[in-house]
Amino acid sequence: MADTGTATGADLTELPLKALHAEQGAKFVPFAGWEMPVQFAAGVMAEHLWCREKAGLFDVSHMGQLRLPLAADAALETLVPVDVLGLAQGRQRYAFFTNETGGVLDDLMIARRADDLFLVVNAACRDADIAHLRAHIDGVEEITDRALLALQGPLAEAALAELLPGVTGMRFMDVAVIEWQGAALWLSRSGYTGEDGFEISVPADMAEAFARALLADDRVAPIGLGARDSLRLEAGLPLYGQEMTPGISPVEAGQGWAIQKVRRAGGARAGGFPGAEVILGQLCNGAPRRRTGLLPEGRAPMRAGTPVFDSAEGGAQVGIVTSGGFGPSLGQPVALALIDAAVPADAPLWGEVRGKRLPAAQARLPFVTPGYKR
Amino acid sequence: MKFTEDHEWLRPDGDVIVVGITEHAATQLGDVVFVELPEVETQVAKGDEIVVIESVKAASDIVAPLDGEIVEVNETLADNPGLVNEDPTGEAWFFKIKIDDMAALDDFMTEDEYKDHIGE
Repeated sequence: MADTGTATGADLTELPLKALHAEQGAKFVPFAGWEMPVQFAAGVMAEHLWCREKAGLFDVSHMGQLRLPLAADAALETLVPVDVLGLAQGRQRYAFFTNETGGVLDDLMIARRADDLFLVVNAACRDADIAHLRAHIDGVEEITDRALLALQGPLAEAALAELLPGVTGMRFMDVAVIEWQGAALWLSRSGYTGEDGFEISVPADMAEAFARALLADDRVAPIGLGARDSLRLEAGLPLYGQEMTPGISPVEAGQGWAIQKVRRAGGARAGGFPGAEVILGQLCNGAPRRRTGLLPEGRAPMRAGTPVFDSAEGGAQVGIVTSGGFGPSLGQPVALALIDAAVPADAPLWGEVRGKRLPAAQARLPFVTPGYKR
Repeated sequence: MKFTEDHEWLRPDGDVIVVGITEHAATQLGDVVFVELPEVETQVAKGDEIVVIESVKAASDIVAPLDGEIVEVNETLADNPGLVNEDPTGEAWFFKIKIDDMAALDDFMTEDEYKDHIGE
C-alpha cells in the first residue's frame, strides 16, 4: 500500500478549536496552509449521512472573513459580475472575482449588514483576494480574531434555536447579528452542503464554548473536511480550484445564474467587471464548454482529472472530470465534469480510469435535492 | 502471520500465501467503496501494483509482496468493499499468491515488529 501516514508540517496554522477536534477523534490533514480535521471518529461516510439526516458542525475557520465599508459597494461591483448595489441590508449574495479573460479568481459570499459589507472568501485565495480588493478599495479589513463554524442539516435550525431562538426567523441567505453570552455572533442562513443550515462567525475566544454548547445536543455531530467535500459534490456546488479556475468561466462552470440581469447585456449596470465581454458574450451566445453531472456505472469512482470520451473505444476526448468521488447518499460514485458544449445532454460518456473506459451517464445537477429554507 | 512495510499481512496457507491489509491500514484509508482485483493466473513481480482500493477520500494500491502467480482472488470484495473496514484481517483477504519458496516469508516483519513499525 502507498504511504497512509497523515503528516502535518510545523508551519501550519492551527484552528482555534484544535483541542476540541482532537478530543472528538479528529484526523488532521494540511489544507491551504491550515491544519484541518479531515474526519472525526465516525468517518467520512457516517459523517456525510449524519449531516443529511440531522445536523453537522463544521469548523471552517480557515476561510477568510473580510469587512469592507458600505460605501465600497460600487467599487466592489467593478470586481464581481453580481448586483452588489441592489443587495438589501440583511441579505447575502454569492459572487466571484473574475479575471480579464473571463475566468474566476475566487468565489465568495457578500453580505450587506447595517454598518459594513461582510465577505467570506476561500482559504487558499485569501491573501490574493485581499491584495486584489485593496488595489481597488480603501478600508479592507481582514478579520483574524473570529472562528467560522457551519451548522448544516435538516435539524440545524432546531438545534441552533436552542441557543439562539432568533434564528428561526431567518430564511435562506439572510444574515443577522445575534448575541450569545455577551458575544456578537454573525450568522448567515447558508452553507456548502445542499442542506439547510447556518454559517456562524464567533469571536475566537468564545468559539470552543459555543461549539461545545452545540455538540451537547444529541442531534449535532462534528463533521470533517472529507464529508464537506462529498456533501458539496452531491449538491452540485462548485469548488474553487476544481470547477472554477482562472481558465474556466463562471458560465462554463454553470454559475451564470449568479449574474443578475442588471449586470448583463442590456441591464442598467451591464458589464464593468474584468472579463465582462467574454462572460456576457457567453451568456448570450453560449460558452465553448459546459458543466455536467456524471453518474459512473459500477463502483469505480472517477476522480478529478479523469479524461472523458464520447465513445467506448477511439473517439474524441470531450472533457475532463473536475471533481469526483463516492456519493454516500446516492450509494454510488458521482462526478462533475467540464465537457464540450457540443456534446448532447443525453449522450452517453466514458471516463478513462486506469487505462479503461468506463461508462458514465450525464446527470442533471444537483444529484440530491437541496433542503434550503427559502 | 507476517507483515510488510506496505501494511499488508501475509498468511501462509498450504503452498500459497493469503494477502490482506492490516487493521491500521484499513483505519487510515477510511470507508472503502471500491476494490479492483487482479486476474487469476496473472504472474506478478514484487512491487507491482495489483489491487486498487478506493476509499471515500482517495485511491490507494496494494503491491505484490513477492514474485509469484495469483491463484485466487476474493470476489466478495467487489460487491462488498466495506468488508475491508469490517474485517480487514479475516474475511477481507484480497488474493492468494503462489511463490517459489515459502522461506521468503521469513524476511518479513513479525506482528511485534510491525507494531513497532507503526508506532503502536
